[in-house]
Formats: sequence, structure tokens, C-alpha cells
Amino acid sequence: MNLTLKVWRQKNAQTAGKFVSYKAENISPDMSFLEMLDVVNESLTHKGDEPINFDHDCREGICGMCSLYINGHPHGPKRGITTCQLHMRTFHDGETITIEPWRAEAFPIVKDLAVDRSAFDRIQQAGGYVSVNTGGVPDGNAIPIPKVIADEAFNSATCIGCGACVAACKNASAMLFVSAKITQLGLLPQGQPERYRRVQSMVAQMDEEGFGSCTNTGACEAECPKEIKLTNIARMNNDYFSAKLFREEEVHEQGH
Amino acid sequence: MTLDAKIPQGPLAEKWSKHKFDLKLVNPANKRKYDIIIVGTGLAGASAAATLGELGYNVKAFCFQDSPRRAHSIAAQGGINAAKNYQNDGDSVFRLFYDTIKGGDYRAREANVHRLAEVSVNIIDQCVAQGVPFAREYGGLLDNRSFGGSQVSRTFYARGQTGQQLLLGAYSALNRQIHAGKVKMYTRHEMLDVVTIDGHAKGIVTRNMLTGAIDTHAGHAVLLCTGGYSNVFYLSTNAIGSNVTAAWRAHKRGAFFGNPCYTQIHPTCIPVTGDHQSKLTLMSESLRNDGRVWAPKTAEIAEQLRKGTLKADQVKEDDRDYFLERKYPAFGNLVPRDVASRNAKEMVEEGKGVGGSGFAVFLDFADAIKRLGEETVKAKYGNLFDMYYQITNENPYKQPMRIYPAVHYTMGGLWVDYNLSTTVPGLYALGECNFSDHGANRLGASALMQGLSDGYFVIPYTLGDYLAKIGPKKVDTNHPAFEKTKQDVIAHVNKLLSLKGTKTTNEYHRELGHIMWEYCGMARTEEGLKKAKGLIQALKADFWKNAIVTGENEEVNASLERAGRVADFIELGELMIDDALMRKESCGGHFRVESQTPDGEALRDDENFAFVAAWEFKGENQPEELHKEQLTFEAVHLSQRNYA
Repeated sequence: MNLTLKVWRQKNAQTAGKFVSYKAENISPDMSFLEMLDVVNESLTHKGDEPINFDHDCREGICGMCSLYINGHPHGPKRGITTCQLHMRTFHDGETITIEPWRAEAFPIVKDLAVDRSAFDRIQQAGGYVSVNTGGVPDGNAIPIPKVIADEAFNSATCIGCGACVAACKNASAMLFVSAKITQLGLLPQGQPERYRRVQSMVAQMDEEGFGSCTNTGACEAECPKEIKLTNIARMNNDYFSAKLFREEEVHEQGH
Repeated sequence: MTLDAKIPQGPLAEKWSKHKFDLKLVNPANKRKYDIIIVGTGLAGASAAATLGELGYNVKAFCFQDSPRRAHSIAAQGGINAAKNYQNDGDSVFRLFYDTIKGGDYRAREANVHRLAEVSVNIIDQCVAQGVPFAREYGGLLDNRSFGGSQVSRTFYARGQTGQQLLLGAYSALNRQIHAGKVKMYTRHEMLDVVTIDGHAKGIVTRNMLTGAIDTHAGHAVLLCTGGYSNVFYLSTNAIGSNVTAAWRAHKRGAFFGNPCYTQIHPTCIPVTGDHQSKLTLMSESLRNDGRVWAPKTAEIAEQLRKGTLKADQVKEDDRDYFLERKYPAFGNLVPRDVASRNAKEMVEEGKGVGGSGFAVFLDFADAIKRLGEETVKAKYGNLFDMYYQITNENPYKQPMRIYPAVHYTMGGLWVDYNLSTTVPGLYALGECNFSDHGANRLGASALMQGLSDGYFVIPYTLGDYLAKIGPKKVDTNHPAFEKTKQDVIAHVNKLLSLKGTKTTNEYHRELGHIMWEYCGMARTEEGLKKAKGLIQALKADFWKNAIVTGENEEVNASLERAGRVADFIELGELMIDDALMRKESCGGHFRVESQTPDGEALRDDENFAFVAAWEFKGENQPEELHKEQLTFEAVHLSQRNYA
């Protein structure tokens, strides 16, 4: 296949960016999207030009490092997969493909197609855990958990932190991401002692990072490569309002 | 120097308990006077950073990814072993120990492996307490499944993404310590050297991958948790970024490298489709619980399958050779990885390979779907089947998967003693980065166990002993050793940036991978290894003349990052060849064609090779010096492995 790429190039967050067109030639339908970009980068390198910078690592859909807004969709046109799992057989010969970075104020550009998602880490640091030290914990089977609850918690826990939900959202809201962790721990017995502190701390950090609010459009759910459900946000809102109404004193102390 | 593994005295089962009591402690008020540097935030690094932070040490943690959560432990699929015996099927600490020693073809240290089996039970408890959503039975208790090389069900799992869930557990514990101010996290930082003062590790030099800044960091100890080096083969199941640079630079500063040639070729990966391939994808070993491995009985049928004139499901039962079940009736499809891989290779060499390239055999779920129903199979392996479908465009519910072995894990790594200390005092290696617990072949679901064992339950004890002995005197980056090492790093970076030749570093990497796979892969011969050594030396010389590195240091520069890693892989490749040449026996994943049983199994030579090879760097382009740590076995009897 031969394709035309319109790629966003931007030196860093301080410099203005622009679209640059490239030819991607002799592309095999069995290539992954990132392997197609590898081919383009190899030819740029041979010419002494600077290769296109993009984030990627595991290339099997689990590390959450890859991103890319492809033809108007985070992780491309197919549902339930990341960019690294997208294969070129999805496209047709002669097509023009537009590739942009995630666009959100809370995700500043690093270079070209890579963005800074450290805001996600800071939200997790604010309370996305069960406060147990290593050692001194009960036997694993001393905490029975109904299978249906364990499975539901697992579904939320599969979030890979890629940021597609934010990129898809017209408000650049991070609520699907935040609610997935809150739901996972909120469903499990281990997460109960800190349930209402956690939701307040994480939501406060989310707001501080400059993410927008949820207006229930559902684009995040539609574009999430791990198909995290919108019901996570409903659970988070429920816990959040319950906490704000009745348990506001239970917040994580700074430096706790 | 003579190697001292510092294995505690006393009966095997009491060594660790006794050792823990003998180790010196650092009192709680003094812990805050110590600074610990941890490189890598996978299972070993994140668990160590969190635990040491909880204990009160000041931790600086580094990773090259944009978040600690992305370390490659995240991609582990199948599960984690623990000797809980929840299934009442005869498991015990001793059995897990025994299976691991045997699975490693008697090339691991007994004392380490026993400790690993002992603490395995604590790991599960810890992860459950963190909220890791392991698979459960309807009664609410934890579920288990079986894995290769064992006849009990001791593997805990979270669907096909156990590594992800365990890593997110360790990441959450790490986050808690970051929030508490006990761990300072440096993302997008790559470690480029170790700083030593009077022979002790006292810090590191890093490159900030956003700005190019070369910085020094001081600490009382340095922990390398930087994973394995499978990417020396170019194509492997590792993440693209996984590399040997931190371990290799430490090696050049005095840390011996243990058993570099021990690499694991995983039997069930998705076959290569073409030259564009950038990595390989694993299909979890857990699939062999229900999938049956087969190849056509004759080369003629295989030929028809390759041409597409015959479909897999049209091959009659009588024309199928379930070769693992046939040759190893006791373990069947669940033989260890090295055995399964070699058998698949044999089928291909006999002309019975399938798929377009002929480099594949089948992994068939038709029986399991008939027996259990599609829904049950989906619940167990759904995400793996989806992944297979995305990559191959073939539906594994309807036709058998095509699989072929691929490089997956490296048992070799930095040599460490019982305390996980390298030969450089103050420099430790944890997880896949060290050589310690898997001998010549790792059993499935044991990598996660080892990473977390080292990080949560071993290093917090053994490190304290070293720190108590050296005392809390502040280490300062003003010491001239820091500036000197920093200048070395800057010179190396500048040398790389000066390369403006004709071949990309990716092309060199691919060439290196071809050499390693061809001559130092699933089967190794003296002749082939000697040839490979010459090829690698030529490749290295050519690299430093003709490679292209674009851009400059003071920016995000993937080309520069890649170049440094490839240069180190080339040097490591040569050492692997030396190690494979030296070890004339076959053992586990190291198969020397000259040393095999009449049935074609790996034939060990215990009289001459029951030792750990620890290589010492002697200077650029100098042959490395071999040191031997003799392995002694008290609890197990050495025998030819037999899975039939």
C-alpha cells in the first residue's frame, strides 16, 4: 500500500507546531500502525531528517504508552484497541491519514506526537491506593470476595492510563480515568476504609491539574481501548457526593 | 577476586530465617539519614521503592518511561506462583523449590530458590491487601491454575493480565510513598553510568530524556531493577524500550555478569510476518492448559497447509501429531518452555511447519471449546484471543492459533550474592536484572514471583545490613568521582552524536538480532558461535564508523537513546557468545548441539559445568575473565530431567 500521512510536528511545548505531509510507501497490510511509522522514520533518518517522535513501548496494548489521534479518533478508527494493535489492513491504498497528538491543556506537548501525561500520575499519588505497608497483612483467603465483585473490580482495574478518554472528550475531562481506580477500590473490601477520603483527594487533584468536567457525552467510553464503562463515573459521583455531604473531614492529609 | 555467594550456614529450610536474624538493622531514627537510588520501576523496582520508603529511607526512583506504571512487567500475562496449597493438591514450599530447581536444569543456587519459595506465600497476601483483583471462585476464595513444569495448581492470576494487575498494585504502593514524600520519582530519565568511590557504588549519572541534561545523583546504595536483555535478539516479546544499558554500564564498572547465554525462548508466540516486524507478541503459557499443540504428521500435508489448499480444521485427526502429548505423556502440553520450544523447532526442521512462512505449529482449542463451551474459554483467555485476532486477522475460536518460539526472558544477568549484592559493594540487582533464581530455564509464572520477592521481602532486610555497616555519613555529588563519571558519559554521548554515516541504528540492531538468533538462539554449535563472534566484532567496528544518529543532545532525541542502547547490546552479544562457547554442555535453554541425549534432550555435564559463570570486564576490546561459582546441591539429587 502507498499512503499519505499528515503528521503534527512540534519541537516542544514552547514552539508552534504544524502539519507536515509524508509519503508512506510499500506498506504491508500486516504491519502495525507503529511499524508503518517506523518505516517512515527509517527513511527520514536515511535522509538525515529528524524522525517523527511518538511514545510507544510494549506494542501489545497493555503499557498505555502509545497514543496518537488518528483520523479524528484516539487510537484510530477501530474500537477496543490501542494504536500499537491497529494494523494497516484497516486502511486502504492511497488513503490520507491524519495523525495528531492528544490535545488537552493538562497534557502539554513534549515533542511532535508525544505529550506529558504526568498529571495522571499525580492524581493516582493523591489517593489511588490502599494504605497498607509491606508485611503484616492477612492471608489472601482471609478476605473472601464474591466472584461477581472481583470481576467487576477487575474490569475497572484494566485501565492502562493512556489518556484516550481525555483526548476524546470535548471538555478534556479525566473522569473516566479517575473513576476507574475509585471504582476498583470502592468495590473491594480492601478499599472500604479509605473509600471516601480517596474520592475527595483524587477529585481535588484532578481539578487542580486542569481537566474539564463531565457532561455525559460518553465519547470516553466509546474510545477507551480497554472499554471502561461510563458507569464508573456514576459510581465516582455517587461516592463523591456522599463524601462531600457527610464525610468531608475524611481527606488525605498532605504528606500523609 | 574470589566469588563469595554468602550463603548462610545451616539446614536449607532455616537459612533465610537465621540470616534475617543475623543481619544488622538500621534503627528507625537513622533510616531517614540514608539515601537509596533505585533504577527501574517494574515489579522489582516499584516494590523495593515502596517498601524502603515505608521503612523510612529516602528513595530516589528512576524510569525511562513517562510513568512508572509502564515498566514491562505490565505485559506479563499468565500468573504468579505461590506455594499456598489452597487446592490441597500436594503443593508445599519444598515442592515449589524442587520444581524450580529441576525446571532450571540444576543450574540455580539452592538457598536462593528455597527463599523464593518461602516468601512466595507472602507475596499473594500482600497483593490481595493492596486490592489486586485476582481471579476468584464462586465461594469468594482465590482461584488457581496450572502452569508448565509442575503437576500442581499453584498459579494465581488475573485473567490474562496478571503482570498488569501486580504492577499496578506495586505502583499504587509506590504512589503512596511519593505522596508521603519518601520517594522522589524521576520519569523519562535514563541511567547511563554508576559512580563508584573506593570500590563502593555511591551514585549514578542520568540523562534527562526531555532536556538532555546529564545529572549526577548520590546515595548510600544503588539498586538496579532494570529488567532483562532479550532485545539483544532485536525481535523478542520485550517492550521496544527494554534494554541492557544500565546493567551493562554497571558491568563495565566492576559488576560481574552471570550466565549471559541463558536465554529463554518461549514456545507460544505469534509468528513473524515480515522484515517490518518490530517485536513479537507472546501468547501466554496458560493457554497450554487447554490448547493442544500439534503439527501435521507428514511434510506433504504441511505443504498443502502452507499453500492454503488445505485448512487446519480439514486435517483429519489421524493426520495430526500432538507431539508433546506423544513424547511426554506425564506432562503433555505442560512441559517446560525450553522443551516445548525445541520440539516445535524440530517439527519445522522436519518440514512440518505451517503458516505462510512455514515457521509455525498449531495451538488448537477445538477440544477445549467442545468440552467447556466457548463462553468458558472466553472467560479464561478472552483478552489473549482478542490480541491474537487483532494481530493475525484470524479467529482462534474457529481455527487453531499458529505459534512459534520467540525470545522472552533472560535468566542471565548481573551476578549477585545471597543478599542480592553485585560484586560492587553497594550496588544491588533485583528481578530479571540479576541472574539468581531460575538457573538455565525459568518456569512459567515465576518471573513475577521473583521480582516481587526481591523487592518486597528480600532487599528490605539485606540492604539494611550493608547500610548499618557503612554508616549514614552523607554522600555528596561534589566528590570528584561524580564529575569524572559525568564527563565520561558526556564523551560517550558526543561520540554517538558524531556518527553521521549511512546505516540507521535500527538496521544494526536488526543485524545483531539475526546473528544472535541464528547462532546463539534455540540451538548452538561451536562452529556457529565462533563464526558469530567474528560477525559481531565486525558489526561493532562498522557501527562506530557508519551509523547515523540524528539531532542533538539538548532535546527529546529517540535516535540518540536508541544508538546508546544498540551499542551496548552489540557488546553484550559478544559476551553471550563467549559464554555459550565456554559452556560446552547443554542445560535448560542453552542447547549445545554437541551435547544431547539419544532422544535429543539437553544433556548436562555436571562434572565440568555445575557452576555459575561470572564474567569480569577487563577493558574495552579485551577478553573478559571467567570466574566460577561452584554450585553444590544438598537437598536435591541431580538427575537428567525427564517429563515423559
